[in-house]
Amino acid sequence: MADAPAIPLADPAETLRRAQQGKGYWRRVWKRLRQDKVTLAMAAVLVFLLIMVIFAPWFTTHDPYDGSVLRRLKPVGYPGYWLGTDEVGRDLWSRMVYGGRLSLLAGVMPVFFALLIGGFLGVLAGYAGGLINSAIMRLTDVLYAFPSILLAIAITGILGSGLQNTILALSAAFIPPIIRISESVSAQACHLDFVEAARASGSGTLMIMRYHILNNVLGPILVYATSLISIGIILAAGLSFLGLGVTPPNAEWGLMLNNLRQALWVDPVIAALPGVMIFITSMCFNLLSDGLRQAMDVRL
Amino acid sequence: MWAYTLRRLLYAVPILLGVSMLVFALIHLAPGDVVDLLVPPEVPKEIADSLRARLALDQPLYIQYLAWLARLLVGDLGISFFTSRPVSEELFGALGNTLMLALPAAVLGFALGVALGALAAFNRGTALDRLFSATAITGVSLPHYWVGIVLVAIFAVILNALPAQGMGAGGFPTDWEHIRHLILPVITLSLIPMGVISRLVRANVLEILSHEFVGTLHAKGLLNRRVLYHVMKNAAPSALALMGLQFGYLLGGSILVETVFNWPGSGGLMNLAIFRRDIPVLSATILVLATIFVIINILVDVLQALIDPRMRR
Amino acid sequence: MTALDLTAMRVARASNPAPLLRVDRLTKHFPLRGGILNRAKPVVQAVDGVSFAVRAGETLGIVGESGCGKSTTARLLMHLVRLDSGKIVFDGDEVGVAHGLSRRDLHRQMQMVFQDSYASLNPRLPVALSIAFGPLVHGATKSGARVRAMDLLQAVGLDPMQFANRYPHELSGGQRQRINIARALALEPRLVILDEAVSALDKSIEAQVLNLLVDLKSQFDLTYVFISHDLNVVRFMSDRVMVMYLGKVVELGPVDRIYRDPRHPYTKALLSAMPSMDPRRRATEAPLSGDPPNPINPPSGCRFRTRCAFAESVCERVPPVLELGADGRSVACHMLVAGSGHSRAAVV
Repeated sequence: MADAPAIPLADPAETLRRAQQGKGYWRRVWKRLRQDKVTLAMAAVLVFLLIMVIFAPWFTTHDPYDGSVLRRLKPVGYPGYWLGTDEVGRDLWSRMVYGGRLSLLAGVMPVFFALLIGGFLGVLAGYAGGLINSAIMRLTDVLYAFPSILLAIAITGILGSGLQNTILALSAAFIPPIIRISESVSAQACHLDFVEAARASGSGTLMIMRYHILNNVLGPILVYATSLISIGIILAAGLSFLGLGVTPPNAEWGLMLNNLRQALWVDPVIAALPGVMIFITSMCFNLLSDGLRQAMDVRL
Repeated sequence: MWAYTLRRLLYAVPILLGVSMLVFALIHLAPGDVVDLLVPPEVPKEIADSLRARLALDQPLYIQYLAWLARLLVGDLGISFFTSRPVSEELFGALGNTLMLALPAAVLGFALGVALGALAAFNRGTALDRLFSATAITGVSLPHYWVGIVLVAIFAVILNALPAQGMGAGGFPTDWEHIRHLILPVITLSLIPMGVISRLVRANVLEILSHEFVGTLHAKGLLNRRVLYHVMKNAAPSALALMGLQFGYLLGGSILVETVFNWPGSGGLMNLAIFRRDIPVLSATILVLATIFVIINILVDVLQALIDPRMRR
Repeated sequence: MTALDLTAMRVARASNPAPLLRVDRLTKHFPLRGGILNRAKPVVQAVDGVSFAVRAGETLGIVGESGCGKSTTARLLMHLVRLDSGKIVFDGDEVGVAHGLSRRDLHRQMQMVFQDSYASLNPRLPVALSIAFGPLVHGATKSGARVRAMDLLQAVGLDPMQFANRYPHELSGGQRQRINIARALALEPRLVILDEAVSALDKSIEAQVLNLLVDLKSQFDLTYVFISHDLNVVRFMSDRVMVMYLGKVVELGPVDRIYRDPRHPYTKALLSAMPSMDPRRRATEAPLSGDPPNPINPPSGCRFRTRCAFAESVCERVPPVLELGADGRSVACHMLVAGSGHSRAAVV
C-alpha cells in the first residue's frame, strides 16, 4: 500500500505509549474510583466487615448460642460481655458478629440472583423487542403490582420462613426492577449506530448482546444493583423482624431486633443496638453505589 | 384522553388476574396439605366436609381457582379460622386504621419532602445542600422500623412522654389523647416518602433551574416568588406521580411500622395472621392490598396523562 | 495499477451485461403511530418502487435532498430494514428467498460504511476488535480475525502497532472513518455501500479519505454505491449517478453526461444550485420553489410536479415511469416521453 497517505502524528513516542496503555472505559472508571476517598473508605469498611463476619470466631470470645438466665439483659460495659447480653443471656457482641453472616447473606444473595436472571431477561427484552419484550414486561408488571415488602411477605408468609425462602422472596422482589432498568438501558443501546453496524455484519442476537450490548449496559445496571443491596439488607432484616425470615435460635440482626423488643423497657440501648449494624452496612453499600455511579459517569 | 384511561383500565385486568393467580399458586405450593391450610383442624367433621365442598378442594386445580376467584369477586374473602369471622369484616376496619396512619404520614412526608428538596435545590452548592445530601443518604439507609424502635426508646421509655404502642381508644382521633398515639407511628411512617420525594424534587428543580427559560424569567424582572411559582409548576407532574406511588407503598407496606407500634391496621392484621398461620386472612389481605396498589398506580398514570399529554402512549 | 489499467478494466466491465446487483421495485413505507380510532394510518412513503442495477467494478452515485430515500434504500439493500415489496438480486441470486442468498451470506458480499464515524463504533471496544467482529461472527478464530484486522489497518493507512488497541474516542474523525472502512472490508465483500461516508469530515480529510476509497477500490476489486448530497464529490467518485426525489428515481445515467446535460427538471434545478466558480454558470434566479413536500402525503402522479415549472394536468394524473433512453440514460418525466400528453413531449 504505497499510495495511501500516512496520518501525521503529533509525537510518535507519546502516542505509542498511550496506545499501549489501551485506556479502555473500565480502566478509567477504576482510576476514578481510586481517587474517590469516600468510596474507598466505604469499600474498606465493607471488606473489614466481611472479614469480621466470615472469621467470626477470631473476633468474638463467646458462643452466640450459649445463654444463661442468670446473665439476662446485662447492660453495655458488663465485664466480659462488652455490649451486654440479650434476653436469653447470650453475648450481644457475638450474636451481632455471627448474625452478620446471615444478614449479609440474605441481603446480598437475592441481588445476585436478581442480577443474573433479571439482567439477562431485561437485556434480552430490550434488544429483542416485539413479542419477547411484551411477554417479559407483562410478567414483570404482575410482580410490580406488589410493593416489595408485600411480595416478600406473601412468599415467606405462605410458603414458610427460613433463610432459603427469604432469599427466594427477596429475589422475586428484586427481579422486576432489574428487568426494568436492564430493558430500558439495552433498548436505548440497541438503537445506537454501532449495533446496527454489527447487525450489518450478519451477526446473530447472542453475539451482538455479548460484544456490543453488554459492555455498554453493565455500568448502570451494576450501580443500581449495588444500591439494591442496601435495600436488601434492610428488607431481609425486616422479614426476620416479622418472624418470617431467619428462625431462632440463629443470630440475625432483624431477628435480634424483634427478640429484644421485650427488653425495650428494661434496657432501651441494648434493644436498639442490632439496628445500628443494619444501618451501618446499608449506608456503606449506598455510598459505594453513589461512588460507582459518579465514577462511571465518564464522558467518552 | 378517555381512550388512554380505558386502555389503562383494561390493562389492569390481566395484571390483577396475574396477581390472583400468583397468590393462589403460593397457597397451593405451600408445604403441607392445602386442606390443613384452609380448613382449621379442630373443626367437627361435618363442618369440615361442607367447607371442603364449598371451597371445591377435591376438584381439579383450575376449577378451584375459578371458584376462588368467583368468591373474591362477590366480596367473599373467606373466613378466618382463628376468629371464625369473615375476613372482610376485620379487613375493612383494619384498613381504616392503616389509613389513619397513612394519610397524615403522607401529608407530613410530602410537605417536608417538597420543602427540603426545593430548599436544597435553590441553595445548591452551599453547606445546606451538602447537609441535605448527607441527610438524604442517611435517610435511605435507615431501616424505618428501627427508627420507630429508637423513637419509642427515646420518647416512651426514657422520656415517658408518648405512648409506646397501640391506638388508644380507637376510632377517629378527636382529642389529644388520641393524637398522642398517632405521633410516633406517623413520624416513622413519613420518613421514607419524605426521603424519596425530597430527592426527586431537588433533582427536578435543579434541572428546571438550569433551563434557559428561567434565565429569561429573571431577565424579565420577575420577582423570585414568581420564578418559584413557575419552577414548581414544572416540577409538579413527576412529583405528583411519585407521591401517588408512595401513598400506595404507605398503604401496602405499613406492616413493619405497625408491628413496631402494635397498631391494629392491615399490617397488624397480617402480622397476627402470620403468627397464627391463618392463611385465609393473610392471603385475602395481600390480595386486597395489591389490588389497592394497582388501582393507585392507574390513578397516578391517568393523572399524569391529564397533566402532561406527552405521557399518553 | 495505473490510471490506464483502471480505465481498461472499467471499459471491460462496462461491456459485460450481467449486473452485480439488481434492484427491482423496492418499496418501503414506514407506518406512523395513528390513534386507535383512526382508520387510515399515516405512512411515510420513504422508498416507492425504486429499480436500478449496479455493474461489477463501477461506482454508482446516489444523490438527492434530505428525505428523498437515499439512506433508506441503502438500509434496504443491506437488509437492516425489512422490505415491504420488491426484489434484490445479487450476482444472479435473489436475496431472502428459499434457494437464493441468505441474509448472512449477503453480508459477506455486501457491506456498508455509515455516516457518523463516532456513533458507528462501539466505544467500549478497541478498534481492532470492532474490525475483527465481522470475521469472528462468520467463524474466524480469534487470532485469525486479529491478523485480518491488522492487515486492514495497514491497508487503510493506519499503523497497526499504534492504532490496534486504541478506542474510538482517542481517534480523529478521519481516522475513525478509516476504521469503519476497514471494518467494512473485513468480510471481503464485493460491493460496499458508502452512505454519506465523508459528509461529516473536514474538507481536507474528506479528500484524503476519498483518495483512499479510490485506491482501495482498485486494490480489492470492489464495486461501490456512493450516497451523498454533495454533488461535486459524487461527480468525482462515480461512473454513473442516480437522482432520487421523494422516494422515487427521477434520473439515472453516466455521471458526466448527466452533469453536462441534465434532462429531468429536478436534476437541472439541483445542478444549477451547485456553487460554481465559473461566472458563466452562475444562476440568477432560485431554481426550485418551496420546500420539499411531505413524504407522508406525496403529491399524486409525478411527485415533483408541485415544484416543477412545467407541470401540467397529465403530471397530476399519471406518475411518470423511468424510461430507458437510447443513449443509456433513464429519465422519469412526461416531457421526454413521446405521446404522454404533455405539451412539451413529442407527438407519436
